[in-house]
Amino acid sequence: MTTQTKTAAAPPKQDILDQYDAFRAGAASASDWLAPVREDAIARFREQGIPTQKWEDYRFTNLAPIARTKFRHASTYKQPDGIAEIAARMKFAKETAVELVFGNGRLMQTNGGEALPAGVIVMSLAEAMKSHTDLVKQHLAKVAKLDSAPMAALNTAFIEDGLFVYVPKGVHVEKPVHAIFVTDSGDGKAGAADSGAERLVSHPRTLIVLGESAEARVYETFTSRKGDAFWSNPVTEVVVGENARLEHLRFQDESGEAFHTGTIEATQGRSSWFTTYSFAFGCRITRNDVNLALLGEGIESDLDGLYIGADEQLIDHHTFVYHREPNCESREFYKGILGDKATGVFSGKILVHQKAQKTDAKQTNRNLLLSDSANVHTKPQLEIFADDVKCTHGATIGQIDANSLFYLKTRGIDEVTARSLLIYAFAGEVVERVSFPPMRERLQNLLYDRLPNGDELRGLGE
Amino acid sequence: MLSIKNLHASVEGNEILKGINLEAKAGEVHAIMGPNGSGKSTLAQVLAGHEDYEVTEGSVTYLGKDLLELGADDRACEGIFLAFQYPVEIPGVSTSYFLKAAVNSVRRYRKEEELDAVQFLTLAKEKMKALDMDPSFLHRSVNEGFSGGEKKKNEIFQMAVLDPKLAILDETDSGLDIDALRVVADGVNSLRSPDRTMIVVTHYQRLLDYIVPDFVHVLSEGKIVKSGDKNLAHQLEDEGYSWLRSHAEAR
Ligand SMILES: Nc1ncnc2c1ncn2[C@@H]1O[C@H](COP(=O)(O)OP(=O)(O)O)[C@@H](O)[C@H]1O
Ligand SMILES: [Mg+2]
Repeated sequence: MTTQTKTAAAPPKQDILDQYDAFRAGAASASDWLAPVREDAIARFREQGIPTQKWEDYRFTNLAPIARTKFRHASTYKQPDGIAEIAARMKFAKETAVELVFGNGRLMQTNGGEALPAGVIVMSLAEAMKSHTDLVKQHLAKVAKLDSAPMAALNTAFIEDGLFVYVPKGVHVEKPVHAIFVTDSGDGKAGAADSGAERLVSHPRTLIVLGESAEARVYETFTSRKGDAFWSNPVTEVVVGENARLEHLRFQDESGEAFHTGTIEATQGRSSWFTTYSFAFGCRITRNDVNLALLGEGIESDLDGLYIGADEQLIDHHTFVYHREPNCESREFYKGILGDKATGVFSGKILVHQKAQKTDAKQTNRNLLLSDSANVHTKPQLEIFADDVKCTHGATIGQIDANSLFYLKTRGIDEVTARSLLIYAFAGEVVERVSFPPMRERLQNLLYDRLPNGDELRGLGE
Repeated sequence: MLSIKNLHASVEGNEILKGINLEAKAGEVHAIMGPNGSGKSTLAQVLAGHEDYEVTEGSVTYLGKDLLELGADDRACEGIFLAFQYPVEIPGVSTSYFLKAAVNSVRRYRKEEELDAVQFLTLAKEKMKALDMDPSFLHRSVNEGFSGGEKKKNEIFQMAVLDPKLAILDETDSGLDIDALRVVADGVNSLRSPDRTMIVVTHYQRLLDYIVPDFVHVLSEGKIVKSGDKNLAHQLEDEGYSWLRSHAEAR
């Protein structure tokens, strides 16, 4: 990719740099070939540091609370006892092909998987680096870009474990693969992350590789206990082979005190279809980068998102879709609901290479503001170098529609319930796109939990 | 049932209703006719409780209560139903979900047992059948992508399910072809009862051939300028609204 963001010098994060050498010494023996990758990544992070708001890509996203908090790498913590219990709430169990639980980035449990089709690999990345070294080596850290991506660089420097999924040519995995990433510092009453205490940081890494004409669904859940303060910095690399189909989803419902910086880097081959959902239900700061490169003809891509913020939460999504070849179609559909003093940010960049004729790129971002103090920054960025393309973008920021509200009230529905119903409907437009009913149900229930009089609405669903 | 006295209402500082008087008893059907812009919909919206319209003078008493004190939702729970001239589209909310919420909200208010999913569906399907509506409407988002006629039918369907005491129908005939008009009118007529009052707002007399009113009132420039029985509607049909102008000039 050819874009470069002008970066202003940011302070390196000395506490993290200090831990790198010790970490590398411990990890080196496991995978020698990774050492130069780590070295390069940490150097990139050292150059870039934690972005300040002088970076164009972070203009509305103040990461100072991360910069000023002292973090300690997850692998130096003793695994807290509560992880299994936190994960249990998020399990789909038999509905999935395989379900894995990661605690602070390390594999703790694998359930199911016995009935996977031949050749399919679903296991922890740490294990895969040992047992399927060549396969992992071929793709790991090959997709993720480290330019203008300090968080991805940091994750790469600290690669240790995470999810590995490989589906060989022509194989279909019917049920979803589900990974539950629990972050838990074992301190349930942590309070504000930047209060001076040292906090846990975790860098889970996911690698998903689909061979030609393979099909799968891979869902990632990020969760924690309420009130815990930590930083999770996951990176997911995705390789969608020619004519393959992948539905990927990230569901994030972590503590209101937590920081979450997530990256998804995906490449797609000819005639493939890839969809990636981001459901972000708000921690203190959420920043998600979704970068997608369409590297063949006849590709279809969907990037869908729903973010819901309350209190003083910040939820930022940056998407980047690169059309390199002709005749591809990408569709982005992101919706945000912001209450209290929450801030939503959406920045959608579409880059169309000069040979990518007949590109059809569509971008939609709709925001619903529930209070006068909530706000949204939304920005499309189109860079189009081909002349025969169709690129559309539309962004809206609005309140609950007064006419709809009145209509509902004239049918006897009280104001609070009517508002909740309209908010639910607004969110529902994204939720209903997910193909897996138990996930839809989970999202719906979460909405009902959050909405005033939600219990009343819950009963209407059937 | 309903007593409107000297009702004045404004929107954004413009007075639109300029002293409406109307008495309607249980079992009666009142037609309100008048040219476009005379304030018919405004009257309907004020009665339903739209907050954009400010009542500056007068009173409305409904079943002995001061109606203007109640919010739109409480008015609905008290038995008032407005069939909108322009029904609102609500994407993402299915008709069944919406109507079940409405029915049970009203029933709770009236301290009646709520309907469960099966009871609701039975009721809804029965009413849809009477209105010649396809049950698949229940799964579609409220009014979204409905034709004009389908929207109007949907209003009458909601009315049938909610079983109001005072029904206000605002231009329910517009957008309906003659067959749909008959079905809708039959639906409305089947809801006529000694305990129910209806106010039928229309620009054209056509609807009143099917829903025969007990009284006809002519609204012009925010006032009722003439009242009579159903024959007044026929007179309007023959003469149009132009006599109103000469009527106004004569004053
Ligand atoms: N919400 C509103 N804002 C501004 N003007 C309005 C509004 N509603 C109605 N009016 C005005 O009030 C007058 C009466 O309108 P309306 O009640 O819709 O008439 P009718 O239903 O008889 O055709 C018109 O001049 C219309 O423009
Ligand atoms: Mg009107």
